[in-house]
Amino acid sequence: MKILVAVKRVVDKDIKIRVKPDQSGVDLANVKMSMNPFDEIAVEEALRLREKGQATEVIAVSIGPAQAAETIRTALAMGADRGILVKSDTALEPLAVAKILKAIVDQEQPGLVILGKQAIDDDSNQTGQMLAALTGWPQGTFASKLTLEGSDVVVTREVDGGLQTVKLRGPAIVTTDLRLNEPRYASLPNIMKAKKKPIDEKTPDAYGVDVTPRLEVLKTIEPSSRQAGIKVGSVTELVGKLKEAGVI
Amino acid sequence: MDQRVTDTEMTMVPLGEDYPEIRAGVRAICDKYPGAYWRKLEKDDEYADDFVNELSASGYLGALIPEEYGGSGLPLRAGCVILEEIHYSGGSAAACHAQMYMMGTMLRHGSEEQKQRYLPGIAAGTIRFQAFGVTEPTTGSDTTQLKTRAVRQGDKYVVNGQKIWTSRAHKSDLMTLLVRTTALDQVKRRTDGLSVLLVDLRAVKSGLTMRRIETMINHQTNELFFDDLEVPVENLIGEEGQGFRYILDGMNAERILVSGEMLGDARYFIARASKYAGERVVFGNPIGKNQGIQFPIARAYAEWKAADMVTRAAAALFQAGKPCGEEANTAKLLASEAAWHAGEACMQTFGGFAAAKEFDIERKWREARVYQIAPISTNMILAYIGQHVLGMPRSY
Repeated sequence: MKILVAVKRVVDKDIKIRVKPDQSGVDLANVKMSMNPFDEIAVEEALRLREKGQATEVIAVSIGPAQAAETIRTALAMGADRGILVKSDTALEPLAVAKILKAIVDQEQPGLVILGKQAIDDDSNQTGQMLAALTGWPQGTFASKLTLEGSDVVVTREVDGGLQTVKLRGPAIVTTDLRLNEPRYASLPNIMKAKKKPIDEKTPDAYGVDVTPRLEVLKTIEPSSRQAGIKVGSVTELVGKLKEAGVI
Repeated sequence: MDQRVTDTEMTMVPLGEDYPEIRAGVRAICDKYPGAYWRKLEKDDEYADDFVNELSASGYLGALIPEEYGGSGLPLRAGCVILEEIHYSGGSAAACHAQMYMMGTMLRHGSEEQKQRYLPGIAAGTIRFQAFGVTEPTTGSDTTQLKTRAVRQGDKYVVNGQKIWTSRAHKSDLMTLLVRTTALDQVKRRTDGLSVLLVDLRAVKSGLTMRRIETMINHQTNELFFDDLEVPVENLIGEEGQGFRYILDGMNAERILVSGEMLGDARYFIARASKYAGERVVFGNPIGKNQGIQFPIARAYAEWKAADMVTRAAAALFQAGKPCGEEANTAKLLASEAAWHAGEACMQTFGGFAAAKEFDIERKWREARVYQIAPISTNMILAYIGQHVLGMPRSY
């Protein structure tokens, strides 16, 4: 069974982002970019399934600018077998990404697609669900545990108020939550080997997908900074202030 | 003037952040070993076992070992980058750098049997090759005068003598040992008659006593006493009597690699100092607004840049198989001073806080100072440049 993993190139999680002066978006010039952390978890899970002998091949797909090849290279260094880069300089929306992934799914026929539940840049949390709708496959989102039982995929989901376990009839779509696993670091020999692994380069056109944005970003602003607090002298004063603020 | 530049084949020097994926990989590991880890090691006088194990398991310590022996077969420059990133992260590679340059001695001069026997284990991290016994209490840099003698008796050498500053010997599986196999009065040149033995410390039953030396830094160093230590003849590296050349041959690699560490230290100090200078407000202004604070940091940056360029040049020449003594020595001198000046600027910028151990700066500062002494002192480098590069009379 093949596993398809989607990996996105995003601003590194440790970078303090800055909004562009014209509010059109986030300033990406000279900013360190990395693989979306949820996607690292997806790659790790796929690799573990392959190491257990439950999968034969792990394919990493990234859709984005030419530099997204680096993100695929990271996945290959972790252990993925090959990559597919769909190059696009247009800002991509989840639906366009889901359509391209659908076309790749049709071509590659994987038994399982694992995606991050969301990317840490736009926090959309839509691509996995949209891909499930487009393929008509069952979905197990926010996975904190994943096991394969024959052709069934058993997913424990992190939902509000607890955990829910669902059994999906494969092939299926799974999106990862933080607690699914702890991704490995690529070892030096694997980093070197990854340089020789193949990455197939494609364009959205090749899959017949129109990626023209359907949404318009009106503005991007920084969260307002937190106001300084005050010190109160007594419980009575505290209660008074809370009433004043209208919170009790 | 420089014969090497007239070669038809140019030697290329990479600029900027070379080997970005290796740097990122090393940083990811170093992130798990923050200042608190190194402080505790020093306080408890312990060796960085966990760090070294993880670095080995991830293949970074085998970076320079050829692929056929289980390593990654990368150029010397990649080794510099690995060591640089470790030091830039606030850690220290002193616990494990030795195998990167000693591996070269084994690779170039060892027998195929020795390489097959040890290199794959070293690459995989199952064999630690961290100790290098050269210096003796009475000889220091005057290596050819060393007193440790190895006498061949049948299929073994019997070693008697003493070594000092043999760091990590008690934590290593293998040690290279430079010994005199032919007495000084029986050789034509004083550089003849020295040999390199590979001592398998795991197999040593008797004849070797180690005594730890407490130092100002956590380099885990030792004094070694040999009293009829037996080493099998098959553990001789290369030919008997040629050892001095083999060691010299590895010294350029050592200087270039260790320069990487110093450059990492310089970057660490400069990054921390410039950040703090911009944040710390005294008398209503960030202290970095004062030229007295700002300029030493800026100067250290310029010194780091120069040292970085020469280190890259040295590594490129080494890789191309061209003579690189001048660059290797110059790199080591410039890098050690850049690191020290950056450390001084950082100490001054942090003021009293620099003395607080939890800030890690005093530890890094102590560690950075050592590089002007080891692996070779600044004066010996100046003597080399004066005599061998500029053709002046030998100064010592």
